[in-house]
Amino acid sequence: MTIAAPEDKVIIRVLSGVGRIFLNFLATVGRLSVFTGRALRHCVTPPFYFRLTIRQMIDIGYYSLPVVGLTAIFTGMVLALQSYSGFSRFSAEGAVATVVVLSITRELGPVLAGLMVAGRIGGSMAAEIGTMKVTEQIDALTTLSINPYKYLVAPRLIAGLAMMPILVLVADIIGVFGGFLIAVNKLDFNPANYLSRTFEFLEVKDVVSGLVKAAVFGFVITLMGCYHGYNSRGGAQGVGTATINAVVSSLILILIFNYIITELFFAI
Amino acid sequence: MNTTPPKIRLRGVCKAFGPKVVLDGVDLDVGVGESVVVIGGSGTGKSVMIKCILGILEPDSGLIEIDGVDVGKINGADRDALMGKFGMLFQGSALFDSLPVWENVAFGLIQARGMERQAARAVALQKLAAVGLGPEVGALMPAELSGGMTKRVGLARAIAAEPEIIFFDEPTTGLDPIMGDVINDLVVKCVRELGATTLSITHDLVSARKIAHRIAMLHDGKIIWQGPVADIDESGNPYVDQFIHGRAEGPIQMQVSG
Repeated sequence: MTIAAPEDKVIIRVLSGVGRIFLNFLATVGRLSVFTGRALRHCVTPPFYFRLTIRQMIDIGYYSLPVVGLTAIFTGMVLALQSYSGFSRFSAEGAVATVVVLSITRELGPVLAGLMVAGRIGGSMAAEIGTMKVTEQIDALTTLSINPYKYLVAPRLIAGLAMMPILVLVADIIGVFGGFLIAVNKLDFNPANYLSRTFEFLEVKDVVSGLVKAAVFGFVITLMGCYHGYNSRGGAQGVGTATINAVVSSLILILIFNYIITELFFAI
Repeated sequence: MNTTPPKIRLRGVCKAFGPKVVLDGVDLDVGVGESVVVIGGSGTGKSVMIKCILGILEPDSGLIEIDGVDVGKINGADRDALMGKFGMLFQGSALFDSLPVWENVAFGLIQARGMERQAARAVALQKLAAVGLGPEVGALMPAELSGGMTKRVGLARAIAAEPEIIFFDEPTTGLDPIMGDVINDLVVKCVRELGATTLSITHDLVSARKIAHRIAMLHDGKIIWQGPVADIDESGNPYVDQFIHGRAEGPIQMQVSG
């Protein structure tokens, strides 16, 4: 039998570590795929829990409105100031309105709303479902002939998918309004001209791409919240870990899907 | 010859979590209307066994039958119908903390059986009365209840749909001896009134002697002894003797990490 040299042992240890991480990644992808498949099946097969779905819609849509609205209005205001300050260097101030509306509808509206909702909703879903898991409330649902996917997961996914586009549409309007406020009151733009420039180059595709992103982000946020909550282990620490994982994975997936959807809509 | 199948029948049920084998060929029968208590130390797989019967966990191998039906082979509506036969009192009661007490008790009636909320509320208050709780408790939230009240509400929820089979997971854990005895009496009373078959797990021998017709001991993933409750003191099994007398010395070695 040959004995591995010390440097070989280091290489073997590193490679086995990389292999372990890769296998864990594949296992997680597999578990997530099965979870997603089951969740989607229960979204489209009866019974449907309309009251729960409406409650989730209110929680995701209505109660997220203040934080998303605040984010949007300040983003629109900053965007107007920044683009004016940059474009004035080459006398292109007239493009401020167009830059604000395209940036908000295509990118900043959906992405910033997604990030805010991920922090607010994804974390709370993971914590709620995770606590139900570790206190056997999900097992109790099963013993009461209630499918936990139908009762807990499906209403959240449907609500996320339905409410995020509405939330982003509102964020788009508020963001553009924020830019308008600064342009008219601080940068001395003519209100009618500013509004006319806002809509002059805006295409349906700009708004639709943002709304498609919003729907995907809504699905991703609620899916991550439910998945990590449903698979939490142990006690309070496990729920805490699930909450962190739900938020972090939502944020990463939002950025990845943002690129993919942008590529699909706007790649030349 | 009596050919009626047992209400619950387990044959060679195995379940492992990674390298840890928890159930290693469990064989157990529970007859119609019988009350069987499974005893055993912590971590011996008692809860896992019940979760396998309920379908919350899937056994790696073995047969689990309810009324002669292999539960591993049914899905969809048949499984829902089967679950309708079950009621369960969880160790921590597992009440839904976002719902008031009456809605916890009526949950299965409203959500699974489609009963009107008003009618379900009336049934819930009736079941709460059966476990010695007044109608005012129905409006409380689970966080406002004491340990004993929580167990009673859990029991009321378990019997609300008048199940044929009730599982009790450590019904007296965490309660003082008097409240534990109150819960035992309630369990016996409710089960007698319903005529239900019950399978309980506990380490509380006082509770086991009170609620069981028959006791089985689970050790190392197997049922190592079972018999009528009256026989447990003369079981002749050193594991059972050590367990019921609570001795540190004996064939059961507790792992104590220092």
